[in-house]
Amino acid sequence: MTRVSMKVDGVDYEDDVEPRTLLVHHLRERLGKVGTVVGCDTSNCGACTVLMSDSDGRQRGVKSCSVLAVQADGHEITTIEGLSGPDNTLHPVQQAFHESHALQCGFCTPGMIMAAVDLLEENPTPSEEEIREGLEGNLCRCTGYQNIVRAVQDASEQLRRRGEGAEPAPPTPVAGEDQTPDSGLKPDRVPEETIPQPVP
Amino acid sequence: MTVTEVGSARRRKEDARLITGRTNWTENVTLPGMLHLAILRSPMAHARITSLDVKPALEIKGVVAAFSGRDVADVQGALPCAWPVTEDMVHPDRPPIAVDEVRFMGEAVAVVAARTRAAALDALAAIEVDYDPLPAVLDMEEAIAEGADLVHADKGTNKAYTWVFDSGEAGTGGDVAAAIEGADVVIKRRYVQQRLVPAFMEPRSVVVDPTGDVYTIWSATQIPHILRFLVSAVTGTPEHKVRVIAPDVGGGFGGKLQVTPEELIAFVAAKRLGRPVKYTESRSESIVSAHHGRDMIQDVELAARRDGTVLGLRVKLLANMGAYMGLVGPGVPILGAFMYNAIYKFPAYRFECNGVFTNTTITDAYRGAGRPEATYAIERIMDELAVEVGLDPLEVRRRNWINAEEFPFTTVAGLQYDSGDYAKATERAKELFGYDELRQEQQARRDTGDPVQLGIGISTYTEMCGLAPSRVLGSLRYGAGGWETASVRMLPSGRVEVVTGTSPHGQGHETAWSQIVADQLGVGFDDVEVLHGDTRTSYKGLDTYGSRSLAVGGIALYNACQKVIEKAKPIAAHMLECDPADLEFTGGQFRVRGNPDGGKTLADCALAVFAAHDLPEGIEPTLDADAVYDPVNFSFPHGTHLCAAEVDTETGRVTIRKYVAVDDVGRVINPLIVEGQVHGGIAQGMAQALFEEAVYDDEGNLMTGTFVDYTLPTAADLPPFVTDRTESPAPDHPLGTKGVGEAGTIASTPAVVNAVVDALRPMGVNDIAMPCTPERVWRAIQGGAR
Repeated sequence: MTRVSMKVDGVDYEDDVEPRTLLVHHLRERLGKVGTVVGCDTSNCGACTVLMSDSDGRQRGVKSCSVLAVQADGHEITTIEGLSGPDNTLHPVQQAFHESHALQCGFCTPGMIMAAVDLLEENPTPSEEEIREGLEGNLCRCTGYQNIVRAVQDASEQLRRRGEGAEPAPPTPVAGEDQTPDSGLKPDRVPEETIPQPVP
Repeated sequence: MTVTEVGSARRRKEDARLITGRTNWTENVTLPGMLHLAILRSPMAHARITSLDVKPALEIKGVVAAFSGRDVADVQGALPCAWPVTEDMVHPDRPPIAVDEVRFMGEAVAVVAARTRAAALDALAAIEVDYDPLPAVLDMEEAIAEGADLVHADKGTNKAYTWVFDSGEAGTGGDVAAAIEGADVVIKRRYVQQRLVPAFMEPRSVVVDPTGDVYTIWSATQIPHILRFLVSAVTGTPEHKVRVIAPDVGGGFGGKLQVTPEELIAFVAAKRLGRPVKYTESRSESIVSAHHGRDMIQDVELAARRDGTVLGLRVKLLANMGAYMGLVGPGVPILGAFMYNAIYKFPAYRFECNGVFTNTTITDAYRGAGRPEATYAIERIMDELAVEVGLDPLEVRRRNWINAEEFPFTTVAGLQYDSGDYAKATERAKELFGYDELRQEQQARRDTGDPVQLGIGISTYTEMCGLAPSRVLGSLRYGAGGWETASVRMLPSGRVEVVTGTSPHGQGHETAWSQIVADQLGVGFDDVEVLHGDTRTSYKGLDTYGSRSLAVGGIALYNACQKVIEKAKPIAAHMLECDPADLEFTGGQFRVRGNPDGGKTLADCALAVFAAHDLPEGIEPTLDADAVYDPVNFSFPHGTHLCAAEVDTETGRVTIRKYVAVDDVGRVINPLIVEGQVHGGIAQGMAQALFEEAVYDDEGNLMTGTFVDYTLPTAADLPPFVTDRTESPAPDHPLGTKGVGEAGTIASTPAVVNAVVDALRPMGVNDIAMPCTPERVWRAIQGGAR
C-alpha cells in the first residue's frame, strides 16, 4: 500500500492505495466520485477523462484509466462533479451541451465535457475541424458528434463573451426553432478584421 | 385546447443529472456486504472441457467463492429464446456457464466472487482449465454443406431453421420464378452484411440483491419487464419475488435487448451466497460476449423490364445465429423479410432464410434489426438496375415507388403501408443536396480523369416500426405481445406522475412524455414527472426497442390522459353545479360551453378528490388512470438520403463531402430529439459502410476484441449532416407519430456505399464489400476484388 494525497474537486483526500490502482478506480471506488465512468480498457473511449494539474499547476485533460492513483499524488484533480460553480451554476460547456442536445444516453458525456473544457483552454476559438480533431480521443455512440461540435462552438462563444464581460449570447437555434434545414453547425468564426466592411 | 408543448424543441429533463455526473448507472450501485464477480471465459471457439478446477482460486485473499458450470448445472437454468420462428426450429440449450463444452470464444466457464473487483480478477488466473479442441465451424456455407463439423453434435445439423415467404403462396402477389423467366433484365448480386458490434458506451452491469425471498436486480438493460418475467421463468423464482430496476442505461441499440448469461450468473451467485453481488464487464469482455449484429449473406435476384419497371425479387439469405439462439435472434432476419420490397410496388417476391449455427458469439438485434440489411440489398441493387437500363438512379426509383395518392398501400410482402410521400421527400433532398450541380461536377471529374472521383449515393428507404400489433407478432410465432402501457396519476397539488412501460436509455422519454401530458392535461412541462424502469413502480410494460416507445407507448399515454379528463369531468361539473354534458375541457380548464369564465382546472379536481369531502354520488375518489395500447398496424417512416463521397483513386480513401437526410417520421413531438436520433442513426449506418467489422480468424478467435481493432468512428471521421423533414402523420392514432430510432441507420449504409461505388463505376467497379476501408476500395480499383 502506498499513501497518496490529492485534491479532488476542491477537497483534500489522503488514502492508502495498491500501487496498481488506476486513478479512475480510486476516484470511483474510494472517493465515491462515480460521475467519472469507465467505458473501455484500452484508453480509446475517453469516458474517464478528468482534469489533472501538471507541473506548472495548470489542469489538463487526462484519461484517468491511463493514470495510476500514485501518479496523481500531490496533484489537483477536477472531475465532472466539480465543474459546476459554487451554487451549482453550470459551466458554460455543461450549459452548451444541454442547449445543443449534445448528449443522449449520457455515458460518454462526463469525459466528453472534460475533454471539451481542456480543448477550449488550449484553443479558445477552435474551428469545426479543430474541434473534431481535438475530441478524437472521446467516443460517442449516440449523437454522431454533430451536436457536440455545435455545443463546443457555443461554449467557445460564451467563454469569450464572459472573458470580455459581455452578456451571454443566445444559443444557436436548434431544429424546430428556425425555418431553415439544419446543418447543425455554425460557420467557423472569421476574425473581425478580415470581415469586409461596407463602403460608405 | 392550445397546443404549446408538442412540436417544440424542449431541452431535455434528463440532462440535468447526465451533465453533472449525478447519474445512476448500475455500476454505481454499492450495497453493504456486496461481493464482486469476475468471469473466466473460454479462449477457444470450440472445445471440450476435460478438467476444470476452481479450488486454487479460493486461496486468493479476498475470494469468497468460485464455481464452474458443472457446479451449478442443476440450478443455473438455460437462456431463453422468445422467437422460435418455425415449429421445428433447432433450439439448443444454452447454459449461462458452459458445462463440459464451449462453443464460442468468450463463453463463460467459471465464476469467482470476492470482496473486491481486483481480488476477483486476480483469482481468475488461478483457475485451472484443460480444453480438448474441437473443429470450429465458422463459414456459413460450409456449415450447412453435407458432412460439416457440428456446433451442436447432438442436433445433427448446423441449420437452425428455414423460413420462407412467397408472394405467390401467400396470395399477396405473383410467382417470382415466372417473373424472372419472362424478364428483359435479371440482375443477380451477392451482398455480405458484415458482423457488427453494437458497442453501447456503457458496458453491461448487473447487481443482484437477495433480501429474504425477494431478489432485486439492477441491470443495464433495455428490457426490465421482459427480464423480470424471464428470470422468473428460467430460475423458477416466483415472478412477484423478482424486482428489476433499469436505472440510467448508457445506450443499447438493441445490444441490451437480451437476457444475458451474466444476469443469470449474478442471480445464481447471489442466491447461492445469500449476499448482494455485482458484475460489470470490461469492454473487451463486452465485445466478445455481448451479442453481435448483422452477419448475413444475401443472394438477391431482381427481374425488370427494359424501361426499369421491376417485375420481381428473389432473396436467399444465410443468417448467422452464432453458437446459440439469442432472445430474439432468429427473428431478426424475419423482420427484414417484409422490407426487401421497400418503397416499390413490384408484383412478385420470394424470401427464403436459413438460420445457421457457427462457433461464434450469438447475433441478435442491432439498431434496425433485419431492416437495414433488407434496405441495403434493395437500395444497392436498384442502383445496379439503373446502370443496366441506363436511367438515373432516382428515376428508376420514381418509376417503381408507391405514389402518395396510393396510400394506404398493401405491399407484395403483405403489409399495409400507412402513409407517406416519397416524391416530396426526394424533391426536398435533391434541393438541399444540389443534386444536379453535383452530377455535373461528377461528370467533369470523370472527363478530366481527376484522381479524386465524386460519387453520389441514394437511399430512398422505408421501414416498419412501432413494434407491434400483438396479433401479427403472434402469427410470426413471437413469444410476447406488442402493446404498451402508461399510467397517469394526479397528485393532490395538481402535479402529475406518469408511469411508462417503455424503458429509455438515451431517447429522452422523460422530456417527450412530459410534453404530451402538458398539452393534454393543460399542466406545466415541469409539473410532470415520468417514472420508468423499475418493475415496482412500472409493473407492466414491454420496454424499448424497434422504434416503438413513442409510436406505441406514446399512444397509451395519450389515452391515459383522456381517461383522466373523463374521470375529472363529473367532479368539475359537481363543483360548477352544472351537467357534465355541458362541460368542455380546453387549456387545462373545464368550462361550461360558451362561458369563458369561472372554470375548474384538473388541479382543482385533484384536490377535491384528495379531500373527498364533497364528491358526486357514486364517484370513486381518484383521478388516476391506466391505459394499454395495442397498435392496429406498424408505422412506416420513410425518407430520402443523399450522399456525396469523394474517393481518392490513388489511396482508396473515402471522404464524405455532403450528406443530406430528409426523413418523414410522422408528427414530431420534439424536433431536437428527433434530429439527434437521425444524426446518431446516420453515424451508425456510416460506421457499417466505412469503418466497422467484427473479424474472426480461421480458428474462431475474435480478432477485433477491443476498441483498438473494432474501430468506432470518432468526431474527426464523420461529416456534418444536413437534415430536414417532411410530415405524413400516422393515420391510425391521434398523435400521428411514427418512429425515428432506427431510420438513420437503415438509410445511411446503402447511401454511402452507393456513393462509393458510383464514384468508381467508370473504373469497372460495381461492388465493394463493407466496410469500404481504403484498402478494400483500393483493391477494388485495382480489380483485385469485385
